[in-house]
Amino acid sequence: MELVQTGMAGTVESSDIMVTLEPRETGGIAISLSSSVMQQFGKQIEQVIRQTLAELGVSHASVDAVDKGALDCTVRARVYAAAYRAASSEAYDWGAM
Amino acid sequence: MMFVPGNNPGMIKDAGIYGADSIMFDLEDSVSIAEKDAARFLVYQALRTLDFGAKEIVVRINDLESGLGIRDLEAIVRAGVHIVRLPKTDSAQDVVDCEQEIVRIEREAGIPEGRTGMMAAIESANGVLNAKEIAFSSDRLIGIALGAEDYVTDLKTTRSDGTELLFARCMILNAARAAGIDALDTVFADVNDEAGFLEEVKLIKKLGFDGKSIINPRQIEPLHKAFMPSEADLEKARAIMEAIAEAEARGSGVASLKGKMIDRPVVLRAQRMLALADVDGAGEV
Repeated sequence: MELVQTGMAGTVESSDIMVTLEPRETGGIAISLSSSVMQQFGKQIEQVIRQTLAELGVSHASVDAVDKGALDCTVRARVYAAAYRAASSEAYDWGAM
Repeated sequence: MMFVPGNNPGMIKDAGIYGADSIMFDLEDSVSIAEKDAARFLVYQALRTLDFGAKEIVVRINDLESGLGIRDLEAIVRAGVHIVRLPKTDSAQDVVDCEQEIVRIEREAGIPEGRTGMMAAIESANGVLNAKEIAFSSDRLIGIALGAEDYVTDLKTTRSDGTELLFARCMILNAARAAGIDALDTVFADVNDEAGFLEEVKLIKKLGFDGKSIINPRQIEPLHKAFMPSEADLEKARAIMEAIAEAEARGSGVASLKGKMIDRPVVLRAQRMLALADVDGAGEV
């Protein structure tokens, strides 16, 4: 998946995560994460973000994530939504998610 | 059936803990047009990941004409939703069109054909007048429901004491009964008006509805209480079923209780009473 613009999804309400994706040419995935549960789940959230982007075939992106205690499934959903928005694509591959 | 906004992770996460019989994740009216895609991803992930126990999981999709409904189906059928709730059902053809898409997606995804059930919400004068055809339109339909807010707008009136909904409720109920499927009543929007809510529940129970859509967990307990048979009703139902069992053991085709013959409608009502009570385990003989 090729990101062509900034894509954002989610909110800063409790149990949600706001994910902003910026395309970039090189440098892999750079994640800036702030979380209300950083101490306990920071690494896990970052791992879910990386894994979801890998599933989408996104190799290079800047990720800004503001987490308010989102479950893994919510993190995945918000990354998916932000990525498709950043790719300006609606060609969803539900079978692969 | 508890409505849960499809783009609210906090509400989705907690939806299973309140004791609702079924949970309906909404992709339609509670989701703004700009957030339809995000809600679809969220509900898809929730259905694939979270454990809601034995609860029936329903998703209200957008109508097919909007173009959004098909996209909703692509996601939620693949995610394994139990029931698709089709909004704004005006005709049997609406159900048939939706079913065709579900069949296609089930085949594409390798899902056993027929696994996805359907429910049709009737929300217009046209839909109410077509209630019978709608109720008979698909074997997948487990029920039809009244969506009152759009309906009263279509009628050029507003919601009041229920008089304005009586015709629609009776049409939908009779259509559902004729087709052998469930009839579900509309939401009561003012969660702070408990007396008004109970009054409406009393009315729809008296009419014969199977249940009601709700928008707040606070409405679950009073709704369940109102639908639970009284202990006296249960005792009578158990006595009826015992009398039937005794008559059968004697090889007699005729049963009676306290001098009154027990005919088939009496047995059916007793069975329904006990089935309702079984939701709470109170109906076990």
